[in-house]
Amino acid sequence: MSTTAATRTGRPSRGPLTDLLTGGGRARRLLWLLVGLWVLFSLVRVLSGEQELTSSSTLSAALLLAVPIGLAALGGLWSERAGVVNIGLEGMMILGTWGAGWAGYQWGWVGAVVGGMVFGAAGGLLHAIATVTFGVDHVVSGVAINILAAGVVRFLSELLFTEGTGGGPTQSPSLASDPPSFSLPVLSSGPDLLSGLERQHWFLVSDLAGLLRGLTNGVGLLTLLAVLLVPVSYLLLWHTAFGLRLRSCGENPAAADSLGVPVYRLKYLAVVVSGALAGLGGVFLVFVAGIYREGQTGGRGFIGLAALIFGNWRPGGLAAGAGLFGFADALQLRSQTAVVALLLLIAVLLAVLAVHQAVRRRLLQAVIAGVFAVAALVGFLTIDRLPEGIVFFTPHLTTLLVLSLASQRLRMPKADGLVYRRGEH
Amino acid sequence: MSGLVRRVGLSLLGPVLAVLVALVISAAVIALIGENPVEAFRVMTDLGDSPSQQVQSIVVILNRAVPLFLSGLAVAVAFRMGLFNIGVEGQYRLATILAAAVGAAVVLPGPLHVLLIVVVAMVVGALWAGIVGVLKVTRGVSEVISSIMLNFIALGLASFLLTGPLRGSPPGASIVTTAEIPESGRVPSLNGLLTALGLATPRSGLYGFLVMALVVGVVVAVLLKRTRFGFDLRATGLSPSAATASGVDARGMVVKTMLISGAIAGLVGLPDLLGSQYDYGTEFTAGLGFLGIAVALLGRSSPLGIALAALLFAFLDRAALPLQFADIPSSVVTIIQGTIVLAVVIANEVAGRLALRSAERAGATAGPGPQTDGDDGVPPPTAPDGGQRVRTGAPGTPEDVQA
Repeated sequence: MSTTAATRTGRPSRGPLTDLLTGGGRARRLLWLLVGLWVLFSLVRVLSGEQELTSSSTLSAALLLAVPIGLAALGGLWSERAGVVNIGLEGMMILGTWGAGWAGYQWGWVGAVVGGMVFGAAGGLLHAIATVTFGVDHVVSGVAINILAAGVVRFLSELLFTEGTGGGPTQSPSLASDPPSFSLPVLSSGPDLLSGLERQHWFLVSDLAGLLRGLTNGVGLLTLLAVLLVPVSYLLLWHTAFGLRLRSCGENPAAADSLGVPVYRLKYLAVVVSGALAGLGGVFLVFVAGIYREGQTGGRGFIGLAALIFGNWRPGGLAAGAGLFGFADALQLRSQTAVVALLLLIAVLLAVLAVHQAVRRRLLQAVIAGVFAVAALVGFLTIDRLPEGIVFFTPHLTTLLVLSLASQRLRMPKADGLVYRRGEH
Repeated sequence: MSGLVRRVGLSLLGPVLAVLVALVISAAVIALIGENPVEAFRVMTDLGDSPSQQVQSIVVILNRAVPLFLSGLAVAVAFRMGLFNIGVEGQYRLATILAAAVGAAVVLPGPLHVLLIVVVAMVVGALWAGIVGVLKVTRGVSEVISSIMLNFIALGLASFLLTGPLRGSPPGASIVTTAEIPESGRVPSLNGLLTALGLATPRSGLYGFLVMALVVGVVVAVLLKRTRFGFDLRATGLSPSAATASGVDARGMVVKTMLISGAIAGLVGLPDLLGSQYDYGTEFTAGLGFLGIAVALLGRSSPLGIALAALLFAFLDRAALPLQFADIPSSVVTIIQGTIVLAVVIANEVAGRLALRSAERAGATAGPGPQTDGDDGVPPPTAPDGGQRVRTGAPGTPEDVQA
């Protein structure tokens, strides 16, 4: 508070309203952002009549879809913070799904978790050997791992899921046991107060109820674990000596090495953990389906990478990115008409942007934003429902748009993707 | 003189080492499942008994190699500039469906019809890849991420177009396709050439697009090695800061390179489209874009290397079916391909480092000689090729040169 106030005195006051909205540092701004989103979504829901937009079922589906992406992104965070770009997340996730399917049908869900993480970690180890020990370009090694992983799982399936097991070359037998799940008593199970509130379709109140119920009803063990892993990673990487050392490998490995940080060992550790987390994302997918199926990951490892970049290589940011993607994906899965309501949302956002730019006398940007806002509004009013092929890529398009709006402010770890050889720098 | 011998030896060391490692690992995998590796390799290299079977196998390999070669070229052009175009998959799928639709909609005299289809495919591919370039230079979006996202968007768009506006097959058909391209828009096969050479006539036709692919390969080779543009491109790939300092417009180069890469990517689907399928459908060859990345890595981003890599991959792909007949899991093929790529990139790196060390040693024995002596030995034999990209980002490179 005091530091921002100090810097503020240099500028002329912009009135009490502006100070209320923009003052108070990061926490306050974040709070306003969330409140703004809440009001916006509620408004769009009421205007468009698309109840699915903020229903608890959409939001719990969003959480379900966000978790594997978030886990992959967390994996990316560990590896890239240590300076190793990990395009191989997708491959490690594929290995994780197979490991979970194979171990899960024999030893139940605990076995699946262990199996998936071990297989993912094995992929990470391979990436670490190639990039850290042999100094291979990180993207190249990652792509090779993606190709290799697809071949390995098909091969192993053909080998192990044959006669009598109930599986086949493209899928495993079903898991021996399901993981437990939890609901918050009273609020979202039993009397289920939130569900009652949600059904009233009140402005703002029902949206909040839908959000809370979606996040607390029938939450799986792994979801809980995944959500907890975000703050845990944050604390480990940003508030311990170990984390500082690990991040120093991603910022300036030569300097870290000169101070006695075991750069190679930490990079190895980070990439193996990265693989294990991606593998855990794969386990989660297997839990959702109750079975391993080929192609189950559907490029979620790549999306995780995008979420990581969107989140500016920070745990909170990547969680937000995964959430955004999960929400867009859940919306397109649940209702094709609700996706059209997103156009109204975009129209409102762009209109706000246009006004903002106009106030700052950037007329060209204001006009462009205004034109697109009108186009989005026209789209919302005229399009009834979007065809299947188009709806399918809503999340990817959202990611691309958000990235192209936000990318210039992002800063990746300074030595990310650079090959480090001791004594060569 | 001995330095030259050593350098040539070391530059061959990489690929040889890689193939050996890949062979050993594959043999171990095959042995692990209780099959005889020697038998498996015999099955893979057995092209057939009668001459016509052998010619047929070779035609199958060549027909598979042509799209792989084009795909590898598309990736490699971007590679040489230090750009990673993962979006070839989406670029060629979108380009192929639109080209197929345009080709089916018009009737023109033969060569003009084919030309139109080719131009449409190249333009669509270039524009789609151009988005990646524009986003990179104007908004700073990493080309890796944006091309992955555009892949998904292209696949969605293609499936929308196929089931919606561009659907040509009757409703209720099991395979949805676009309308068929008429005779005038098809590329004739080269089987006449085979017969003229005194070879047996194969069952399927050798793609006439092979000629086009060769032309594209030569054009790309000339463009990269013999033009100002190619020099700027390679220079930007090796050291962006040095290129900018010497007056290269790096931002413009990014967009231009992506446009060229995308234009080549647009051609990837055409050999199959104009040579055997004649329409784009749900069963159209997929995955060529991703294989192209592997082919480009294996061929170390030089057109000749890519041609060899494409042939190798096509050869391995053909082996999948005979392997299945011999009751050996055909996914062995994918494992071999993945292992080769990983082994090649590692072997390149190791060979490059060995060369560096031997050059340093040579420099050391020569004593504190003139500056040029050290410079001469420093670039590893991988220098002109994709292996070099590995080092481009490393801040150590300028220091190497100073040494």
